[in-house]
Amino acid sequence: MVNLGSALAIAGASVAALGAGMGSAKGVGMGGQAAAGVLTEDPSKFGKVLILQLLPGTQGIYGLLIAFITLTQIGVLGGTAISSTWEGLAYLAACLPMAFVGYFSAVQQGKASVSCIGLISKKPDQFGKAMILPAMVETYAILALLISILAIIGIGSLR
Amino acid sequence: MTDNEYIYAVARIRTKEMSLFDRQTLEQLLTCRTYEDCLKLLAEKGWGEGSDSSDSDILAAERKKTWDLMRELVDDMSVFDVFLYEKDYHNLKAAIKQALIPEIVPAIFTEEGTVPVSVIREAVNEKKFDLLPERMRACAEEGYEIQMQGRDSQMCDVVIDRAALDAIYGAGKASKTELFSDYAELKVAQADIQIAVRGARLKKNKSFYEKALAVCDTLDCDRLGDAALAGTEAVCEYLESTAYSDAVSAIKTSGSAFECWCDNRMMEKIQREKYHSFTVAPLAAYVLARENEIKSVRIILSGKRNQLPEEVVRERLREMYV
Repeated sequence: MVNLGSALAIAGASVAALGAGMGSAKGVGMGGQAAAGVLTEDPSKFGKVLILQLLPGTQGIYGLLIAFITLTQIGVLGGTAISSTWEGLAYLAACLPMAFVGYFSAVQQGKASVSCIGLISKKPDQFGKAMILPAMVETYAILALLISILAIIGIGSLR
Repeated sequence: MTDNEYIYAVARIRTKEMSLFDRQTLEQLLTCRTYEDCLKLLAEKGWGEGSDSSDSDILAAERKKTWDLMRELVDDMSVFDVFLYEKDYHNLKAAIKQALIPEIVPAIFTEEGTVPVSVIREAVNEKKFDLLPERMRACAEEGYEIQMQGRDSQMCDVVIDRAALDAIYGAGKASKTELFSDYAELKVAQADIQIAVRGARLKKNKSFYEKALAVCDTLDCDRLGDAALAGTEAVCEYLESTAYSDAVSAIKTSGSAFECWCDNRMMEKIQREKYHSFTVAPLAAYVLARENEIKSVRIILSGKRNQLPEEVVRERLREMYV
C-alpha cells in the first residue's frame, strides 16, 4: 500500500527527473536553434555544432539516474518499502539538489553553448576552447548529482 | 519575439558577418586600376545579381539582399522601425514633389519603408492624409500645404525631416534595445548639428531653428539654435561642451568629414553586439554594418569613376564592423 512517505519519495524522484529533464530540453533546444542558424549558412560545421548542442543534455540523464536510484531504494523497483513520512520527506529532500541545480545548470549551459556555437561559426579552429567553456557549467550539475546520490544511499543506511 | 527567439537568427548572422568587407577588402577595391576592375572584383565577391550593369544597381541589390534576409529571420519587422521610418518620410517628400509635376520622375521612391509607396502617393495625390499612419499625417498635410501654396520646397523638407527625426527618436527611445536607442540619439544629434552648421552658414533665423531642430538627450536645442545664430564658430564652441566634442575638428574640416565621424561613432557603438547571442541587437548591428559597407563601396566606386586620387578616397572611407 502506498503511504504518504512513499508518495513523497516518488515525488522526489519525479521532481529530479522533471527539473533536470526540463532544463536539458531547454538547453539542447537553444543549442539546436543556434546550430541550425550556423548550418543554414555552412553545413560543413555539423559535427562541431552537434557536440556543443548536446552538452546541456547530460543533466537530463543525471535526473533520470537520481529518479532510478530513488525508485530502487523505496520499494518501487526494489529495496525496502518506506514506512514513515519523515523517511519519504528525506528522499524528497535528497532529490532536490539534482532537480534545481539540474534545471538551472542545463539552461545556463545551453546559453553558453549558443554563444560558443557563434564562436565556432567564425573561428572553427577554436573548437577545443569553445567546448570547454560550456563544459565548465557541468561541474555544478555533477556536484549536485553527487550530493543527491550520497544522500539517497545515506538514507538507506539510516534505516 | 522574446529574446531567446533570436538565437537562430543571430547564429546565422554570425556566419554572414564572415563575408562582410574588412578594411583589407576595401584596400583591395581601392587599388583596382579602373572602375570596371572594381565592378569585376565586386562581382567575384558575390555582389549584385549577376547581370547588373551599373554600380547603383549593384548597391541596390545588396541593400535588398540585407532586408530580404531580415524579413526571413524576423517575424515582426516593426523591430526595425527605427531604421525604416526615414524611408517613409523620404517617400512622403518625394510624393509631394511628384504631385507638383505631371511627368513621372524615375527611381525617386524606395520600397523599403513601413508604409507602401502606393499608399503614400494616394494619400498625397488625393489629399487623403488619413490613409497615412498617425505619426505622418500632420507633417504630410503641413508639408503639402507649404509646397502647394507657398512653393517653398525647403520649408516643406524642414517640416517633414523634423517629423522624421521625432519619429525615429520616439521609436528608438521606446525600444528596449540599447542599440536602437543609441542609433536614434546619434541620428537626431547628427541631423541637428548639420542643421545648425548649415543654418549658420546660410544665416537662418531663430524660427527656422525652432522648426528644424529635433529634441534629443545629448544636445540642448535652444543653446544649439542660439549658437547657430551667432555663427559656425559658436556652434563648435557649444559642441565642445557636449558629447560631440570629438566631432568638432571633423565639422571644421567638412560636412562629409562629419558624416564620416558619425558613421565611425556608430560602428564603434555596435562593436559590443559581436558578443551578444540572444537579442535582436546583433541583427540590427548587421544591418548598420551592411549600410556602412555599401556606403564605403559607393565612395570607392564614385572615386574610381571620377578618377580621384586614392588618398582622397581613402580619407572618406568608414571604419568597418569586422
